Amino acid sequence: MTQLLTKGAQAPDFTLHVTPDQTLSLNEFAGRRVVLAFYPADWSPVCGDQMSLYNHILPEFRRHGAELLGISVDGVWCHQAFARDRKLHFALLSDFEPKGAVARSYGAYREAEGVSERALFVIDEKGVVAWSYRSPIAVNPGADGILDALEELPATENKDDNAQGSRDVA
Amino acid sequence: MTTLRVPVTSHDHIRGSQDAPVTLVEYGDYECPYCGAAQPVIDQIQERFSREVRLVFRHFPLAEVHPHAGPAAETAEFAGANGLFWSMHDALFANQRRLSLPLMIALASSLNLSTVALRDALANGLYAGKVRADFIGGVRSGVNGTPTFFINGARYDDPNGVFGLGEAIDRLLPATTR
Repeated sequence: MTQLLTKGAQAPDFTLHVTPDQTLSLNEFAGRRVVLAFYPADWSPVCGDQMSLYNHILPEFRRHGAELLGISVDGVWCHQAFARDRKLHFALLSDFEPKGAVARSYGAYREAEGVSERALFVIDEKGVVAWSYRSPIAVNPGADGILDALEELPATENKDDNAQGSRDVA
Repeated sequence: MTTLRVPVTSHDHIRGSQDAPVTLVEYGDYECPYCGAAQPVIDQIQERFSREVRLVFRHFPLAEVHPHAGPAAETAEFAGANGLFWSMHDALFANQRRLSLPLMIALASSLNLSTVALRDALANGLYAGKVRADFIGGVRSGVNGTPTFFINGARYDDPNGVFGLGEAIDRLLPATTR
């Protein structure tokens, strides 16, 4: 098992598709906080799946000045269908080509299965990992760890401005 | 271990003996089929451990996937403000597959609650804050889906799901009370 990037590491930049004709780069979020949630695959067969749960907690993340990005190796069309079905209001990034490259750079790729780990990263305003966590693949890690980590960061000013400045790419 | 961050207080909806040694907290969603399926099991547990277990229900509506879950939770709160939380709770789960606003109004009517007051409460979001507070408290306690249970404050994670609850409670009780 590869080592997950931990607190203090510079978060590797990436540019990935969020829709068939739009890309998103981590460096676009400089000056803001990012919650990067790697997960194995779209379409978990439960109603409280991780991404659906986070969808309901978005206002809490934003209250802490953080944007949420979901990321898996699924293709953009798959993400699009999944996001539409679950009415997700945040971006799903497609770590599809070269497959899992971004997950690898975060130490969050499962070579045997060819999917990302269920791994969470809180990235601060300077692009540094403030907290990371790897959950057992079958266990939805919830959001308590993320919110605790966001609360431990020094208070940001203009949280509301951050929230308003967020791009609606979902 | 994941633990309940929001202690049980008199503001909670509690069913069962106040001095029961075991407190079972359920975070649930009236439109979640897994919560609906858990309902008969919970009823059996309350019957079997009538003196040993008290049940607390808190709302965890996944409103984006369950459009009626929010209003249903607020309807239960409305009934609760009139002393009939558990009657409405049971009625909502019993009618889970056909939840709708007219149904909730009809349930209120069958419990002799004012349907006008319920419509007003839903339209004004009178209980939306309470429901949201339950939800956020759940998130902070590590609720990761529904139903999620806490037994005496510790999150219950069992591969057998709700069917292992009785056994887990049994293990907590001293031999004398069995």
